Parts: sequence; C-alpha cells; structure tokens
Amino acid sequence: MKAESMQASLPALLAAVIGRDLRLALRHGADTLGAVLFFILAGALFPLALGPSPELLRRMAPGIVWVCALLAALLPLDRLFGSELEDGSLDQLMLSGLPPALVALAKMIAHWLTTGLPLLIAAAPLAIMLGLPMPVLPILLAGLALGTAILSLIGGMAASIVLGARRGGVLLPLLVLPLATPALIFGAAALDAAQTGLSWRPDLELLGAFLAGALPLCPLAAGAGLRAAVE
Amino acid sequence: MTTQAGPGNKNAGTRLRRRAAAADPNPRTIAISAPRPPAGPLLNVENISVFRGERLVLDGVGLRLDAGEALLLTGPNGAGKSTLLRVLAGLRKPEGGHVLWAGIDALADRTAHAARVAYLGHQDALKPGLTLRENLALPARAAGSDPKQAMEALDLLPLADLPARMLSAGQKRRAALARVMLARAPLWLLDEPSLGLDTSSIGLLEALFHAHRETGGIIIATTHVPLPLPDARTLALPGASGLETMEEMDMESWS
Repeated sequence: MKAESMQASLPALLAAVIGRDLRLALRHGADTLGAVLFFILAGALFPLALGPSPELLRRMAPGIVWVCALLAALLPLDRLFGSELEDGSLDQLMLSGLPPALVALAKMIAHWLTTGLPLLIAAAPLAIMLGLPMPVLPILLAGLALGTAILSLIGGMAASIVLGARRGGVLLPLLVLPLATPALIFGAAALDAAQTGLSWRPDLELLGAFLAGALPLCPLAAGAGLRAAVE
Repeated sequence: MTTQAGPGNKNAGTRLRRRAAAADPNPRTIAISAPRPPAGPLLNVENISVFRGERLVLDGVGLRLDAGEALLLTGPNGAGKSTLLRVLAGLRKPEGGHVLWAGIDALADRTAHAARVAYLGHQDALKPGLTLRENLALPARAAGSDPKQAMEALDLLPLADLPARMLSAGQKRRAALARVMLARAPLWLLDEPSLGLDTSSIGLLEALFHAHRETGGIIIATTHVPLPLPDARTLALPGASGLETMEEMDMESWS
C-alpha cells in the first residue's frame, strides 16, 4: 500500500517546507516587517545620538549598518523553531521524510528570505542616509548578502540548540553574537578598506569562506538540536 | 521501582505474542509490498525501555502486530502511552529495546522510518494563519497524495478555505486525522484520535480505520474512551508502580 516512488524528492520537499514558511510569513506580515523596521529605526538613532556631523557619520556608517543588521536578524530567531515546537508541527516536520538537517536548512533559508533579504534591501537607503559614498554601496550590499546568510545559518543553529530551554530567548543572542563576530569584522573591514582606497576583495573572500564553512556545518548541528528537542 | 513495572509489561507482551502465534497467517499481509521474511509479524517491538529524567516510564514493553491489526494502548495518566507512540514513530530513541519493521531495525534509520509512519500527537499541529487546504498541502506533497480526497473523507471540504484558527476543536482534530490519512503510511500511531469528535465524526473515523486495516495497515492508538476498532487487542501499561509517590505521577501527567 505504500508507494515509495510517489513520494516527493528531497529538493521538492525542501522547497515545499520553504514555501510553507514564506506563506506563513506573508500571513503574519507584521512579524516579518518588525525586523526591518527595527533595523531602520536603530540606524536612524545614531545620527541623533552622535550629532549630525557628515564626516563622523560617513566614517561610522559601515559599522552602524552591520551592527544594526546583526541585531535585527536576531529578532525573529526565537520563533523560528519555537512556534513549530509549541503547536506540534515540529513532530510532523521531523516525520515529513526530510532528514532533520534539511528541515533545519529549509527553515534557515526561509529565515534568510523573510529577514535577510528585506534587511539587504533596507540597508541601501539607510547607508545613503548615513552618507556612505555611492561607489562603496555595492560592496556593502555584497558583504551584507553574505553576512545575512551567515547570520541565518548561525542563528538557526543557535535557535535549534536553545529550543525547549526555559529562557531560550535570552540565551539566543549570547550564543549567536560571539559566533557572528567574524562576519561583522570582515564585513565592516571590507567597507573601511573600500573607503580608504585599499583592496576590499580579501575581506569579502573571507566572508565567503565563512559562509562556505557554515553552510554544511550549521544545518547538521541544527538537525541534531531538533532531534534532541522533540525527544 | 524498575523491577515492579517490568513483569506486568512482560506478561502483556508474551500474552500478545502467544495470541499472535496462535492466529492463522493473515492473508491480507500479501498486500504489503515491503520485502520481509515469510514468518514473523510486520511490526515487532521488543523490550522497549524509556527513562524520563530519573524515572523509568516504560520497562520491557513488547508487542507484535501483523498487517491489518489494531492495538489499543490503555493505562493511567503518565503510564507512558504517548511516550511509546513517540518511540514507535522514531521521534524518541528508547534507552533499550528494538523496533523491528518487517524484520529490519526501524530506529537505525529514523528518516526512512518516517515514511512508514503517520503520527497524530496530542496537538493538531495546524498553523492558525493558514487555511485548512494550505495546512494539508505539505503532508500531501510529501506523500504524493490528494488532499481533496482526505478532506472529503473527513467531511472537511466546506471548511477547506477557512483559516485554521476559525475551526473548532473537533474540526481541527478531523483536519489532523486528514493529515494522517494523507501520509499513506502503513503504520498509524494515534494519540487519543477521538478527542473532541462528535458522534458523526466518530462514524467517519470508523470508516477510516476500517479502510486502513482492509488495505493491510496497522493502527496503534492510545485512548481513555472506546474507539471504533473491532477486534483490536489491548495493551495495558501498568503506569506508576507502588514506590512512586502521587506527586511524581501528577507531575508526569502535566509535563
């Protein structure tokens, strides 16, 4: 009675899980927009606090954009698996036929599409507002594209590890932020280099290397975390 | 406390085994396409032991079921009925024992085992923001089955485009049962499937159970009320043994 051949292939199933998450994100638009609005607001606070000196803001813009993006990407993380665990959906995801690591990867990709990508889009106006020179803008966006993907991977891993812990929401930033510091350092350094006329390529390449390392490792760790969470 | 819970379970296990051995070979087993040795039951569970914290929840539980058979798990709150279902689903690794499916160790590859299992937990696992149709889209995609047919079988078609948050408890339960049906899996593990269902829905459930067993499926359900499962066997889990205090039991049932 079991027609094994009729089951969806792993990529199709992965896409189905991502599609379901995107649909959920659309239905709960306020949650999705929240991270982006936080990002813009937090970035807009710096000119108010530091004073409107264009020279100072231009020099600080890379750091401001990167730190704000890092913090904004943290916001939706504790609901990433938390809501699935609470309503029993995680059990069903684990039984969907996807290996746990791919379930985790699907959620990480969905997190990037619903948080990382909107942040990337919002980063351009924020950087222009802070006075970042136009020629440097593509480097900021390239760095952030890599950086937000890294954040989704590390954040998803941390979210699955703290899943089920009583104060998981508090624990989460403490786990993610130290792990994400290399991305922050290289990302901001690439912009600094570009602003001062040095080569920004090595920094972005290091970011890419970081992403290449995180891409297989984080889903595996997250998968183990999910297995432990449903036990 | 471990030894006291043991003998009861083992007796239940051997009683089932003896009954299984006495029964005639079931002709419906041919319907199962999975390769398996000619003798021996389809689902053979041996000596399952599970600890929760310091407490031994399941001690040496065994059961044998052949295609088309059904088993009711009964026992007091905290006896480990849900835990046993989660072990059989591969969601939880037991501290000891084996789950053999057609003679193969099912828990060795839990992702592959997931294809044989349709699991209905305490919770209905529906996303309140998605419509019923959207909620069932993923399980239907995973098994390559038709969500419309399952919704029809559970009388859910008129509700298909309503968000799940608008559904009543019984309607949500029916939606969760539709997902069980969609999985097209031979082994149904149901945690109190009739929770919140009205009389006519119980009738639908009966038809569903019958159809599943007719095609060689196995049903294992926990329950506190009678379920429409004719000639189902019963495995009574003994629950907390004398050494444990009531407080522990209470904590167990609430956790």
